[in-house]
Amino acid sequence: MEAVINMVLLTLLVVVTLGVVRLRNLFAVVILGSIYSFLMASVFIVLDAVDVAMTEASVGAGISTVLMLTVLSMTRVEEAKPAHSPLLPLFVASATAAILIYGTWDLPGFGLAQTPVNTHVGAAYLERSIADTGVPNVVTSVLASYRGFDTLGETAVVFTAGIGVLLLLRRGRSRARLKKRQEERT
Amino acid sequence: MELAQTIIAHYNHWITIFLMVAGLYVVVARGNMVKKLVGLSLFQTSVYLLYISPGKIIGGTPPILDQGIEVYSNPLPHVLILTAIVVGVATLSLGLGLVVRINEVYGTIEEDEIFEQGDDDE
Repeated sequence: MEAVINMVLLTLLVVVTLGVVRLRNLFAVVILGSIYSFLMASVFIVLDAVDVAMTEASVGAGISTVLMLTVLSMTRVEEAKPAHSPLLPLFVASATAAILIYGTWDLPGFGLAQTPVNTHVGAAYLERSIADTGVPNVVTSVLASYRGFDTLGETAVVFTAGIGVLLLLRRGRSRARLKKRQEERT
Repeated sequence: MELAQTIIAHYNHWITIFLMVAGLYVVVARGNMVKKLVGLSLFQTSVYLLYISPGKIIGGTPPILDQGIEVYSNPLPHVLILTAIVVGVATLSLGLGLVVRINEVYGTIEEDEIFEQGDDDE
Protein backbone atom coordinates (compact mmCIF):
# COMPACT_ATOMS: atom_id res chain seq x y z
CA MET A 1 0.00 0.00 0.00
CA GLU A 2 2.75 2.44 0.95
CA ALA A 3 4.54 1.65 -2.28
CA VAL A 4 1.37 2.35 -4.31
CA ILE A 5 0.70 5.75 -2.67
CA ASN A 6 4.36 6.58 -3.20
CA MET A 7 4.16 5.70 -6.90
CA VAL A 8 0.96 7.72 -7.46
CA LEU A 9 2.46 10.82 -5.82
CA LEU A 10 5.67 10.44 -7.82
CA THR A 11 3.68 10.20 -11.05
CA LEU A 12 1.87 13.44 -10.17
CA LEU A 13 5.32 14.94 -9.57
CA VAL A 14 6.34 14.01 -13.11
CA VAL A 15 3.21 15.69 -14.54
CA VAL A 16 3.92 18.91 -12.64
CA THR A 17 7.56 18.80 -13.74
CA LEU A 18 6.52 18.55 -17.41
CA GLY A 19 4.40 21.68 -16.85
CA VAL A 20 7.35 23.51 -15.28
CA VAL A 21 9.62 22.60 -18.20
CA ARG A 22 7.16 23.49 -20.98
CA LEU A 23 5.45 26.67 -19.75
CA ARG A 24 6.90 30.08 -20.63
CA ASN A 25 4.79 32.19 -18.27
CA LEU A 26 7.13 32.49 -15.28
CA PHE A 27 4.31 33.26 -12.84
CA ALA A 28 2.70 29.90 -13.70
CA VAL A 29 6.11 28.22 -13.46
CA VAL A 30 6.71 29.55 -9.94
CA ILE A 31 3.24 28.52 -8.74
CA LEU A 32 3.72 25.06 -10.27
CA GLY A 33 7.05 24.97 -8.45
CA SER A 34 5.17 25.56 -5.22
CA ILE A 35 2.76 22.70 -6.03
CA TYR A 36 5.80 20.57 -6.86
CA SER A 37 7.27 21.26 -3.41
CA PHE A 38 4.01 20.35 -1.66
CA LEU A 39 3.82 17.09 -3.62
CA MET A 40 7.43 16.39 -2.72
CA ALA A 41 6.58 17.03 0.95
CA SER A 42 3.72 14.48 0.67
CA VAL A 43 6.15 11.96 -0.82
CA PHE A 44 8.48 12.55 2.12
CA ILE A 45 5.59 11.85 4.55
CA VAL A 46 4.97 8.52 2.80
CA LEU A 47 8.71 7.78 2.97
CA ASP A 48 8.61 8.36 6.78
CA ALA A 49 10.68 11.54 6.63
CA VAL A 50 8.30 13.75 8.62
CA ASP A 51 10.87 16.36 9.65
CA VAL A 52 12.05 16.73 6.06
CA ALA A 53 8.45 17.02 4.86
CA MET A 54 7.78 19.85 7.29
CA THR A 55 10.92 21.71 6.20
CA GLU A 56 10.21 21.17 2.50
CA ALA A 57 6.62 22.42 2.87
CA SER A 58 7.66 25.58 4.72
CA VAL A 59 10.95 26.34 2.98
CA GLY A 60 10.44 24.86 -0.50
CA ALA A 61 6.79 25.72 -1.01
CA GLY A 62 6.71 28.81 1.21
CA ILE A 63 9.88 30.86 1.35
CA SER A 64 11.27 29.90 -2.08
CA THR A 65 7.96 30.78 -3.76
CA VAL A 66 7.78 34.14 -1.98
CA LEU A 67 11.39 34.94 -2.99
CA MET A 68 10.75 33.97 -6.62
CA LEU A 69 7.53 36.02 -6.78
CA THR A 70 9.36 39.01 -5.30
CA VAL A 71 12.00 38.80 -8.03
CA LEU A 72 9.32 38.35 -10.71
CA SER A 73 7.61 41.53 -9.51
CA MET A 74 10.84 43.39 -10.32
CA THR A 75 11.45 41.74 -13.70
CA ARG A 76 9.51 40.39 -16.68
CA VAL A 77 6.88 37.68 -16.23
CA GLU A 78 6.99 36.28 -19.78
CA GLU A 79 9.98 34.25 -20.86
CA ALA A 80 11.41 34.97 -24.33
CA LYS A 81 11.16 32.25 -26.98
CA PRO A 82 14.35 30.17 -26.88
CA ALA A 83 16.65 31.26 -29.70
CA HIS A 84 18.52 27.97 -30.01
CA SER A 85 17.23 24.57 -30.99
CA PRO A 86 16.52 22.42 -27.92
CA LEU A 87 17.87 19.29 -29.64
CA LEU A 88 21.39 19.35 -28.20
CA PRO A 89 20.31 19.89 -24.55
CA LEU A 90 17.63 17.24 -25.06
CA PHE A 91 20.29 14.82 -26.30
CA VAL A 92 22.60 15.60 -23.36
CA ALA A 93 19.72 15.11 -20.89
CA SER A 94 18.60 11.82 -22.49
CA ALA A 95 22.14 10.46 -22.58
CA THR A 96 22.63 11.33 -18.90
CA ALA A 97 19.31 9.69 -18.06
CA ALA A 98 20.22 6.53 -19.98
CA ILE A 99 23.55 6.17 -18.16
CA LEU A 100 21.95 6.81 -14.77
CA ILE A 101 19.14 4.31 -15.42
CA TYR A 102 21.74 1.74 -16.42
CA GLY A 103 23.32 2.42 -13.01
CA THR A 104 20.10 1.69 -11.10
CA TRP A 105 20.02 -2.02 -12.01
CA ASP A 106 22.47 -2.89 -9.25
CA LEU A 107 20.78 -0.77 -6.58
CA PRO A 108 18.71 -2.50 -3.87
CA GLY A 109 14.93 -2.37 -4.34
CA PHE A 110 12.46 -0.04 -2.65
CA GLY A 111 11.57 -0.42 1.04
CA LEU A 112 13.94 -3.25 1.98
CA ALA A 113 15.32 -3.39 5.52
CA GLN A 114 18.43 -5.49 4.87
CA THR A 115 20.32 -3.06 2.68
CA PRO A 116 23.74 -1.59 3.53
CA VAL A 117 22.13 1.85 3.91
CA ASN A 118 19.79 0.67 6.63
CA THR A 119 21.94 -1.78 8.59
CA HIS A 120 25.04 0.23 9.52
CA VAL A 121 25.13 3.82 10.80
CA GLY A 122 21.38 4.50 10.75
CA ALA A 123 20.61 1.42 12.84
CA ALA A 124 23.35 2.36 15.30
CA TYR A 125 21.84 5.82 15.80
CA LEU A 126 18.42 4.25 16.43
CA GLU A 127 19.86 1.93 19.10
CA ARG A 128 21.99 4.46 20.94
CA SER A 129 19.97 7.67 20.73
CA ILE A 130 18.02 7.32 23.99
CA ALA A 131 21.05 6.22 26.03
CA ASP A 132 23.36 8.88 24.59
CA THR A 133 21.09 11.92 24.36
CA GLY A 134 17.68 11.09 25.86
CA VAL A 135 15.88 12.54 22.82
CA PRO A 136 13.17 10.26 21.39
CA ASN A 137 13.21 11.92 17.95
CA VAL A 138 16.34 10.41 16.42
CA VAL A 139 16.47 12.99 13.62
CA THR A 140 16.78 15.73 16.24
CA SER A 141 19.45 13.91 18.21
CA VAL A 142 21.55 13.23 15.10
CA LEU A 143 21.10 16.78 13.81
CA ALA A 144 21.90 18.61 17.02
CA SER A 145 24.14 16.16 18.85
CA TYR A 146 25.92 13.49 16.79
CA ARG A 147 26.33 15.71 13.75
CA GLY A 148 26.20 19.08 15.46
CA PHE A 149 29.23 20.30 13.51
CA ASP A 150 27.40 19.69 10.22
CA THR A 151 24.61 21.92 11.45
CA LEU A 152 27.16 24.54 12.51
CA GLY A 153 28.58 24.45 8.97
CA GLU A 154 25.08 24.80 7.55
CA THR A 155 24.49 27.86 9.71
CA ALA A 156 27.75 29.34 8.44
CA VAL A 157 26.61 28.80 4.83
CA VAL A 158 23.23 30.42 5.46
CA PHE A 159 24.95 33.35 7.19
CA THR A 160 27.37 33.81 4.29
CA ALA A 161 24.54 33.67 1.76
CA GLY A 162 22.59 36.26 3.77
CA ILE A 163 25.57 38.63 3.80
CA GLY A 164 26.07 38.01 0.07
CA VAL A 165 22.47 38.96 -0.74
CA LEU A 166 22.70 42.10 1.42
CA LEU A 167 25.94 43.20 -0.28
CA LEU A 168 24.59 42.50 -3.78
CA LEU A 169 21.40 44.48 -3.29
CA ARG A 170 22.99 47.34 -1.31
CA ARG A 171 25.70 47.88 -3.88
CA GLY A 172 23.07 48.32 -6.57
CA ARG A 173 21.34 50.98 -4.55
CA SER A 174 24.50 52.96 -3.77
CA ARG A 175 25.56 52.89 -7.44
CA ALA A 176 22.15 54.17 -8.51
CA ARG A 177 22.54 56.99 -5.99
CA LEU A 178 26.03 57.77 -7.33
CA LYS A 179 24.71 57.95 -10.87
CA LYS A 180 21.91 60.26 -9.75
CA ARG A 181 24.40 62.59 -8.06
CA GLN A 182 26.58 62.71 -11.16
CA GLU A 183 23.56 63.54 -13.28
CA GLU A 184 22.59 66.34 -10.92
CA ARG A 185 26.08 67.87 -11.21
CA THR A 186 26.21 67.87 -14.99
CA MET B 1 4.62 -10.28 -12.42
CA GLU B 2 8.39 -10.03 -12.44
CA LEU B 3 8.16 -6.87 -14.52
CA ALA B 4 5.78 -5.27 -12.00
CA GLN B 5 8.17 -6.13 -9.18
CA THR B 6 11.11 -4.59 -11.02
CA ILE B 7 9.07 -1.44 -11.64
CA ILE B 8 8.06 -1.13 -7.97
CA ALA B 9 11.64 -1.77 -6.85
CA HIS B 10 13.14 0.92 -9.07
CA TYR B 11 10.29 3.43 -9.55
CA ASN B 12 11.77 5.92 -7.08
CA HIS B 13 15.16 5.75 -8.78
CA TRP B 14 13.66 6.36 -12.22
CA ILE B 15 11.53 9.28 -11.10
CA THR B 16 14.56 10.74 -9.36
CA ILE B 17 16.52 10.46 -12.60
CA PHE B 18 13.68 12.00 -14.60
CA LEU B 19 13.45 15.01 -12.27
CA MET B 20 17.23 15.36 -12.37
CA VAL B 21 17.52 15.44 -16.17
CA ALA B 22 14.44 17.71 -16.40
CA GLY B 23 16.30 20.18 -14.19
CA LEU B 24 19.47 19.74 -16.23
CA TYR B 25 17.53 20.33 -19.46
CA VAL B 26 15.93 23.53 -18.16
CA VAL B 27 19.29 24.88 -16.96
CA VAL B 28 20.98 24.20 -20.31
CA ALA B 29 18.18 24.92 -22.81
CA ARG B 30 16.46 27.99 -21.36
CA GLY B 31 18.02 31.46 -21.34
CA ASN B 32 15.77 33.08 -18.76
CA MET B 33 17.60 33.37 -15.44
CA VAL B 34 14.58 32.84 -13.18
CA LYS B 35 13.71 29.73 -15.20
CA LYS B 36 17.29 28.53 -14.85
CA LEU B 37 17.02 28.87 -11.07
CA VAL B 38 13.74 26.92 -11.10
CA GLY B 39 15.59 24.22 -13.07
CA LEU B 40 18.37 24.21 -10.51
CA SER B 41 15.84 23.69 -7.73
CA LEU B 42 14.29 20.81 -9.70
CA PHE B 43 17.74 19.22 -9.88
CA GLN B 44 18.27 19.83 -6.17
CA THR B 45 14.92 18.37 -5.12
CA SER B 46 15.63 15.22 -7.10
CA VAL B 47 18.72 14.73 -4.92
CA TYR B 48 16.51 14.96 -1.83
CA LEU B 49 14.42 12.13 -3.25
CA LEU B 50 17.55 10.13 -4.09
CA TYR B 51 18.66 10.28 -0.45
CA ILE B 52 15.29 9.76 1.27
CA SER B 53 14.08 6.81 -0.85
CA PRO B 54 16.59 4.12 0.23
CA GLY B 55 16.06 5.02 3.91
CA LYS B 56 12.41 3.95 3.76
CA ILE B 57 11.55 0.51 5.14
CA ILE B 58 8.16 -0.92 4.16
CA GLY B 59 6.08 -1.26 7.32
CA GLY B 60 8.36 1.07 9.25
CA THR B 61 7.44 4.27 11.07
CA PRO B 62 9.12 7.69 11.23
CA PRO B 63 12.22 7.52 13.46
CA ILE B 64 10.61 8.83 16.65
CA LEU B 65 11.24 6.23 19.33
CA ASP B 66 8.33 4.82 21.30
CA GLN B 67 7.43 1.61 23.07
CA GLY B 68 5.77 -1.14 21.07
CA ILE B 69 7.26 -0.09 17.74
CA GLU B 70 9.83 -2.36 16.19
CA VAL B 71 10.72 -1.03 12.76
CA TYR B 72 11.91 2.51 12.12
CA SER B 73 13.00 4.05 8.86
CA ASN B 74 16.60 5.22 8.62
CA PRO B 75 17.02 8.67 10.27
CA LEU B 76 20.42 9.52 8.81
CA PRO B 77 19.31 10.55 5.26
CA HIS B 78 16.61 12.72 6.82
CA VAL B 79 19.22 14.69 8.75
CA LEU B 80 21.45 15.16 5.71
CA ILE B 81 18.53 16.37 3.60
CA LEU B 82 17.27 18.75 6.30
CA THR B 83 20.66 20.44 6.05
CA ALA B 84 20.54 20.36 2.24
CA ILE B 85 17.09 22.02 2.08
CA VAL B 86 18.15 24.94 4.24
CA VAL B 87 21.42 25.40 2.34
CA GLY B 88 19.40 25.13 -0.89
CA VAL B 89 17.16 28.05 -0.03
CA ALA B 90 20.22 30.09 1.00
CA THR B 91 21.92 29.55 -2.37
CA LEU B 92 18.62 30.16 -4.19
CA SER B 93 18.26 33.53 -2.49
CA LEU B 94 21.84 34.40 -3.46
CA GLY B 95 21.06 33.45 -7.08
CA LEU B 96 17.90 35.57 -7.04
CA GLY B 97 19.91 38.48 -5.65
CA LEU B 98 22.27 38.14 -8.62
CA VAL B 99 19.26 38.10 -10.99
CA VAL B 100 17.97 41.34 -9.47
CA ARG B 101 21.41 42.97 -9.92
CA ILE B 102 21.68 41.75 -13.52
CA ASN B 103 18.22 43.13 -14.21
CA GLU B 104 19.25 46.50 -12.75
CA VAL B 105 22.36 46.76 -14.93
CA TYR B 106 21.13 45.24 -18.22
CA GLY B 107 17.37 45.77 -17.95
CA THR B 108 16.70 42.16 -18.90
CA ILE B 109 17.11 38.65 -17.47
CA GLU B 110 17.34 36.87 -20.83
CA GLU B 111 20.80 35.45 -21.50
CA ASP B 112 20.73 36.14 -25.26
CA GLU B 113 19.73 39.79 -24.84
CA ILE B 114 22.53 40.29 -22.30
CA PHE B 115 25.06 38.82 -24.76
CA GLU B 116 23.83 41.17 -27.50
CA GLN B 117 24.28 44.18 -25.22
CA GLY B 118 27.78 43.00 -24.34
CA ASP B 119 28.68 42.95 -28.06
CA ASP B 120 27.45 46.54 -28.52
CA ASP B 121 29.79 47.88 -25.83
CA GLU B 122 32.96 46.59 -27.46
